[in-house]
Amino acid sequence: MFDLSGKIALVTGASGGIGGAIATRLHAQGATVVLSGTRADALEERAAALGDRAHVMACNLAGEGEASALVGRVQEELGQLDILVNNAGLTRDGLTMRMKDEDWHDVIEVNLTAAFRLSRASLKGMMKRRWGRIISISSIVGVTGNPGQANYVASKAGLIGMSKALAQEVASRGITVNCVAPGMIETPMTDVLNEQQRARMLAAIPMQRLGTADEISSAVVFLASEEAAYVTGQTLHVNGGMAMI
Amino acid sequence: MSNDIADRVKKIVVEHLGVDDGKVTETASFIDDLGADSLDTVELVMAFEEEFGCEIPDDAAEKIVTVKDAISFIQEHS
Repeated sequence: MFDLSGKIALVTGASGGIGGAIATRLHAQGATVVLSGTRADALEERAAALGDRAHVMACNLAGEGEASALVGRVQEELGQLDILVNNAGLTRDGLTMRMKDEDWHDVIEVNLTAAFRLSRASLKGMMKRRWGRIISISSIVGVTGNPGQANYVASKAGLIGMSKALAQEVASRGITVNCVAPGMIETPMTDVLNEQQRARMLAAIPMQRLGTADEISSAVVFLASEEAAYVTGQTLHVNGGMAMI
Repeated sequence: MSNDIADRVKKIVVEHLGVDDGKVTETASFIDDLGADSLDTVELVMAFEEEFGCEIPDDAAEKIVTVKDAISFIQEHS
């Protein structure tokens, strides 16, 4: 099950905790994986650990033109792009009353606009081959909201809305478009929490533990697979029961 | 040569939209007469680009409504 042999996958933000796990799992299922991100050293290290079928294409998605150039490069060097995982994301937290335009813009640009541009650039080839998977990593807060993260929450909710629209546009061509919405996951992003914050968070999680990056990548592998061909426009919540929606 | 282009265009339309070639007249509109949806028209433009090795920019693609529009554009740009 979930055999991805012969598929070419692009994972953005692959130097991060969740992105790295996604790339690793897609690779383990047989896919050729392109790891993208801004930290070339970390990507090279990860790709070297994977061995064959792992490529590094560093890219800063903040710039206009970068996203489509990245997809172009994948297609040029590897022939095609079958699975796009929009995972790259950043936070610039702050109360709305104090949030600068720049903090809003930077987060929307990388988390949402780059995902849009990457998706747009990937579609042509996917439509021609009548097969494609676009999976965006949203977040539980994109559905529930979270104080201090108006920009991040907007970007993550935006991914869900965009995926639903796009899913309807291309469903007839064998392309599925879905989101995975992680809850609280053990990553550098949650490592910064203090004990008190951590305890409060755990109290809200029926499973009483944080999730792992691997548990997110399992959901991505499923959505990328042939077995998930009839699943589109959906958001798969992986959150230990923290929100049941 | 121009007939050749017209024939190749019509062949792509017939294959892509699965319609009878008798229906693919020059004045036929892809959407109104041949049952294409908007995504089909995007794909037709992609197929024309591939067949004729040309680039059809988005603003030009929007103006390609009938079979004749496609043939004319390709004749002018190939």
